[in-house]
Amino acid sequence: MVDLIQLIVSGTATGAIYALAALGFTLLWQASGTINFAQGEFVMLPAFTMLICTTRGVPLWLAFLVACVVSAILLGIGFKRIVVDPLIRHGVIPLVIATLGLSIGLKQLVKASYAAEAQPFPSVFPAGQFPLFGTHVSYSDVGTLLIAGLIVISLQLFLKRTVTGRAMQACAQNMDAAKVLGINVKTMVLYVFIINAVLAAVASLLISPTYLAKFDMGDSIGQKAFFAAIIGGFNQTSGALLGGVLIGVLENLIGFYVSPAYKEGVALVLFMVVILFRPEGLLGKAEERKV
Amino acid sequence: MNAKTGKLALVVGIAAFAILPLFLKGYGVYLCALFCVYLMATLGLNLTVGYAGQMSLGQAAFFGIGAYHAAILLKLGWPFFLVLPIAAVACFLVGLLLGFPALRVQHHYLAFATLGFNILVFLIMRNEATITGGPLGISGIPRPSLFGISLDADLRYFWFTLFFTVVLAAILWWLLRSPWGRAFAALRDNPIRAESLGINITAYTLFAFAIGAACAGVAGVFYASLLQFIEPSSFQFSYSLMMLLAVIVGGSGRFFGPVLGTVIIVLLPEWLRFMQNWYLAVFGFAIVALMIFLPGGLLSLPERLGWKGASK
Repeated sequence: MVDLIQLIVSGTATGAIYALAALGFTLLWQASGTINFAQGEFVMLPAFTMLICTTRGVPLWLAFLVACVVSAILLGIGFKRIVVDPLIRHGVIPLVIATLGLSIGLKQLVKASYAAEAQPFPSVFPAGQFPLFGTHVSYSDVGTLLIAGLIVISLQLFLKRTVTGRAMQACAQNMDAAKVLGINVKTMVLYVFIINAVLAAVASLLISPTYLAKFDMGDSIGQKAFFAAIIGGFNQTSGALLGGVLIGVLENLIGFYVSPAYKEGVALVLFMVVILFRPEGLLGKAEERKV
Repeated sequence: MNAKTGKLALVVGIAAFAILPLFLKGYGVYLCALFCVYLMATLGLNLTVGYAGQMSLGQAAFFGIGAYHAAILLKLGWPFFLVLPIAAVACFLVGLLLGFPALRVQHHYLAFATLGFNILVFLIMRNEATITGGPLGISGIPRPSLFGISLDADLRYFWFTLFFTVVLAAILWWLLRSPWGRAFAALRDNPIRAESLGINITAYTLFAFAIGAACAGVAGVFYASLLQFIEPSSFQFSYSLMMLLAVIVGGSGRFFGPVLGTVIIVLLPEWLRFMQNWYLAVFGFAIVALMIFLPGGLLSLPERLGWKGASK
């Protein structure tokens, strides 16, 4: 029982990080039809930006800000202008292939230029645990959960309550109608790319202390992000959160009670079950097909 | 180029490739055979990607399923020509099981399902050591013999593999020219119109995917006998990615696209060895550039340049 609570708390914390990556993934899909297979590398790259800064004596908070800016420029604006814009008119497959190529390129660039081994990464939270319901929970799990939760909720509020947020949602739902209503669609789509890059940078800050910064750390995170997005519902922002947490918790439980060897397979099985019985995702709405 | 000279060029090309290893050393012969093996898998993948318009990121998993079937059954002394159809059918059935839920929905879910599948298959190969030998793999896989002639020699095994590659390619060619195959192209180019003409999109795509998986299974059998040793890491996701890139780089939806693409993925690591660690980084960004400037793959270059007589 004691183990169960610990497993659920830490699973929820990991799941919340998956959710951050999944959220950006969903937003990109909604706003521009981009399926980004380099999403995991968008989490990996800021970790190394931060490492480069901290090893030169820059404090972590400043390194994080630098990473956010670098990500927003390179993986937000740069990614949109250089990769997505010229390819979007050719349909889904060339763009997906380009993001796969980008994923290989970024990974190997870091491997060749920085390090092939896993690098220790400073944590934002103090080490140690505190008692909760007769068991012990680590500060980093609770802190991760708080930060990730806060970001998801404020993003939700931003999308639902502010004019810019609602305009972004309008673009996602119907680009032409949004244009007719006088919304600057191009700017809104650009915002989405920047938000995605920053969300990935936050995920990077939270996950790197436990996963360690490694050139291929994005493989697993990216994958969980896709599955979380689909399990929760591709067209629902809140779905990403549910999907992420579900994967995080189930991975922990199955890894502990069944077999740690198959932990990585949990997301796939959950995904298959969901698309078999509820193809639109747990919280998603069935989409009409466009002719 | 008319059909007759095209056929002639093809026959000359295959004949030239068949005698090429006579002038090569051991490693060169191995690369030629490896090219044939990968080509079987990428020709099958082209059916899924190029003709049915779906992304598959799990071809190496089917390749691995075929190879493990071969390794286990051949070591038990089963005849090669019995193992071959068993592996093909097994991959076909697994392909149906995996493709069915994923293809019922839109949004290229097959890409995600196959990606996850590849990871799961890799975990099974690595963890179920009693059957698969675990991370150490399986060694001592025998090569078959034909009409009493042993194919243990590398050169003979290469010809054997080449022969079956040509047979497989001919079957796929015939399949794509049949009315059944023509429906593929229709559903790739305009799925909704194809559906309104009475083509069951899901069934066709599912079968295209399963046949593609079966091709990978066949390739896997030849691979296991070629190396005589297999281990899980040869069937990782990165190999699926390479096979997919071979199809795309060559030109998906063109019959000879995978041929060119497979030459590139087999030879590129050899050519770019001098770049050492930077090779894959360059490769990744080159793919991005290729997609931006030539989204139809290398074989679409003549069309892009406006050459006459270039056709699919």
